[in-house]
Amino acid sequence: MTYITKPQLHHPGLAKNALGFTRRDYEGSVSTLCAGCGHDSISASIIQAVYELELPPHRIAKLSGIGCSSKTPDYFLGNSHGFNTVHGRMPSVLTGANLANKDLIYLGVSGDGDSASIGLGQFAHAMRRGVNMLYIVENNGVYGLTKGQFSATSDKGSKSKRGVVNHDAGIDLVGMALQLGATFVGRSFSGDKDQLTPLIKAGLMHKGAAFIDCISPCVQFNNHVGSTKSFDYVREHNEAVNRLDVITPRAPIRVDYAPGESVRVQQHDGSILSLHKLAELYNPNNRAQALGYLQARQARGQVVTGLLYVDPNAGDLHEAMGTVDTPLNELGEAELVPGAAALAKINAGLR
Amino acid sequence: MAERAKQPRVNDFVVKFANVNGSGSASANGMFARAIIRMGVPVAARNIFPSNIQGLPTWYEVRITEAGHLGRRGGVDLMVAMNPQTWDRDLAEIETGGVLFYDSTKPMPPTRFRDDITVVGVPLTALCNARYELPRERQLFKNIVYVGALAALLGIETSAVQELISEDFAGRQRLIDANFEALQMGYDYVGQNLKPLALQVRRADKVGDRIYVEGNAAAALGAVYGGATVCAWYPITPSTSLAEAFTGYCQDLRTDPETGQARYAILQAEDEIASIGVVVGAGWNGARAFTATSGPGVSLMTEFIGLSYFAEIPAVIFDVQRGGPSTGMPTRTQQADLIGAAYAGHGDTKHPMLLPADPGECFEMGALAFDLADRLQTTIFVMLDLDIGMNEWLTAPFQWDDARTLDRGKVMTHDELEAGRDFGRYLDVDGDGIPYRTYPGVHPTRGAYFTRGTSRNPYARYSEEGSVYVDNMQRLLRKFETAKAIVPAPVVRKAKRKTTDGVIYFGSTTGAMHEALEALEGQGRHLDALRVRGFPFADEVLEFIAAHARVFVVEQNRDAQLRTLIMNEGGVDPAKLVPVLHYDGTPITARFISGQIAQLMAIGSVIEAAE
Repeated sequence: MTYITKPQLHHPGLAKNALGFTRRDYEGSVSTLCAGCGHDSISASIIQAVYELELPPHRIAKLSGIGCSSKTPDYFLGNSHGFNTVHGRMPSVLTGANLANKDLIYLGVSGDGDSASIGLGQFAHAMRRGVNMLYIVENNGVYGLTKGQFSATSDKGSKSKRGVVNHDAGIDLVGMALQLGATFVGRSFSGDKDQLTPLIKAGLMHKGAAFIDCISPCVQFNNHVGSTKSFDYVREHNEAVNRLDVITPRAPIRVDYAPGESVRVQQHDGSILSLHKLAELYNPNNRAQALGYLQARQARGQVVTGLLYVDPNAGDLHEAMGTVDTPLNELGEAELVPGAAALAKINAGLR
Repeated sequence: MAERAKQPRVNDFVVKFANVNGSGSASANGMFARAIIRMGVPVAARNIFPSNIQGLPTWYEVRITEAGHLGRRGGVDLMVAMNPQTWDRDLAEIETGGVLFYDSTKPMPPTRFRDDITVVGVPLTALCNARYELPRERQLFKNIVYVGALAALLGIETSAVQELISEDFAGRQRLIDANFEALQMGYDYVGQNLKPLALQVRRADKVGDRIYVEGNAAAALGAVYGGATVCAWYPITPSTSLAEAFTGYCQDLRTDPETGQARYAILQAEDEIASIGVVVGAGWNGARAFTATSGPGVSLMTEFIGLSYFAEIPAVIFDVQRGGPSTGMPTRTQQADLIGAAYAGHGDTKHPMLLPADPGECFEMGALAFDLADRLQTTIFVMLDLDIGMNEWLTAPFQWDDARTLDRGKVMTHDELEAGRDFGRYLDVDGDGIPYRTYPGVHPTRGAYFTRGTSRNPYARYSEEGSVYVDNMQRLLRKFETAKAIVPAPVVRKAKRKTTDGVIYFGSTTGAMHEALEALEGQGRHLDALRVRGFPFADEVLEFIAAHARVFVVEQNRDAQLRTLIMNEGGVDPAKLVPVLHYDGTPITARFISGQIAQLMAIGSVIEAAE
């Protein structure tokens, strides 16, 4: 464990975003993960994404379960409230937090052990309910904190550092999220910041259940020959279907790709997702096709990355419940307590 | 089967209906009880039902009690035996001199009856078959026909039943007419063929302004008045109707009149673990949240309850207690979750509990629980049981003071943070053990913290230092000490004479206990009584024990759980606390309590004399 406090001094020349915050204002404590951990790259992408989106840091709530990945919310967005909950149960806590205050932006951070094993049920139900959140699984295929056991996302046939072969089929959380009704589904790689950062930006702005499976090699326990979650393996087998640009309603429209190669998707909040297509036939607005495409590529041993599915007009749990516009945690006596007169009527009906 | 000339027994007897589950008897039986209340005579009614939708035996016991004894007495004076499956045991349960009411359509040999009771036969099936074509109608109206017959036999005013039929079926005139006709059919048959019984209901004025309501509904209404906005739950008998009642009350009372939008969020979760997870998340984020469950649910929620204790997050759990796991006893009542709830968690944990005795207290404590959860920033249990939760009880009308505000406890605001007030999430600033918290999103640069279990210092920064941990645990003990003074205080009921004997009890035992005390007093046995209403125990509980030589502890579980809690928390000598335990799944009776205590006192006197 490291107990070093980060120095609060900022370089006077650091660039500020429209809110006057520098990138440093979105950072958190010093990471205590292993040097070279893929998770730290994801944290860096989260910081970059929120900085670029110009979101006030305190309006984000970051929640996690238990595990290496779930420790990371301490290492970014230090001005946001965070909650390190219990193993596999972050989705329900995030759901409750979201019900209490619909106005915050919810970021759930989990790992493959946390979400694909103990938390598989809660993962599934949060997706199908359309909780308005971005849910990132930092997927390394291994239990790091307990030193190297296989997780449920380990591919069948992959080898552990000790040479043990995994005989169980791997769980594909992307495929599950698609089947369960998530309205934004992406996959990326911690070693590909250019792809990951815009994906996080788009996911944060998406209204509804957004899910990103981010393959994040474990430098200690799952980065060897025979692993299918190592840096080398993922780089060799990565099959990106698209590259993303996120254009917020505030930002000037700037697209680097030639027309004809890109697809534009406008989200609920006015943001535009400009998708630079890499795979000719891939259509990110078709859930059924996305599932088929994923499985076909997987059969060839390829890891498909990019924005795999988005429903730009998705609703969320609050919409389904028809809750009031004011966050529930801001309602007071006048809105909540029916009073003595109403009680007298209820009493009269019970005689 | 001799018809004996007897003094009429007015407004003081027990009627038990033996029915088949799913035969439509529940609403007719309920009408029978409510008609008596409309005549100004108190009743105490209890369902004794199986874990089943259709086919198994079910009973409904109605105690008619002008004296207002709302606990179970024990014994049956009139058995309405409508279930051939349970005939023998139903017959055996009737008190000597009591009455059997049965469907006499099919002749029965005299050997199937008893000669020390009065037998009243009404050919219910024959009457219904003659009048109705459809099998379903024959079945359903049979229930109303026997209510009509009983009304004639017991002197219940038909107008009282008609009034209820008209209210229950308001707007459906054909149903009202049909039910009136069936009621009259039974009433007329008795008028033409039988004589009224010695058991009689006579109009009185003993109900007053009391209401008749289930504890689960009352607790749900309490949650509405307590400002709960988030409810997450998973169906489990006997708590399901609490969440459903909350849904109904919210639709009526919490819908924005202009927009039609909901000022509440109710989520039927995938399991109990998710239910409490949602509650903890909402509580963390500043909404008042609860779940309703029973023992098995509490055990599933235990990890989160532990987290709520250490991370200091408000949560409310309504635990409607029942018998043990799986099916069967879950539809029977018990007070057997006390220890499980009090110490739920991992590591050193303990949780405040509120112990309502009737639906009136379910409402009060249901609302209070949310203030206490916010003030103490921890899980508060409201411990109902099936007897209170799923039975309708006569109870004082619900009351609310419009000047009352929701006590949100120690929450540091944006302006306080802006003004530079020191914020340490786990810092005890005034010695009561309760720290300040902030709601997420409150201030751009101040007040944010990272919520964890135990490893953090008073400023919520990561620490695994032993001394930091110990300081925090000591502060949590101070907080528990603070809770002592704000959970509901015990109620003491002094004996008419000075005595060294005492009795402690709680919850649904109360009605039967009070009646038992009267009976014991009649035998010259005097006991001071204390009803526990909250945990941690107020000082008065230990003072009461200290002031008596022997204290009976009456409860509805096998392991004397309240007694154990008192011994454990108060360091009381076990020899001083004498357990009186009832745990067969039926609500405890006054006769059981008085019988047990009388016997124990008699044995005590013999030993004393010998020494």
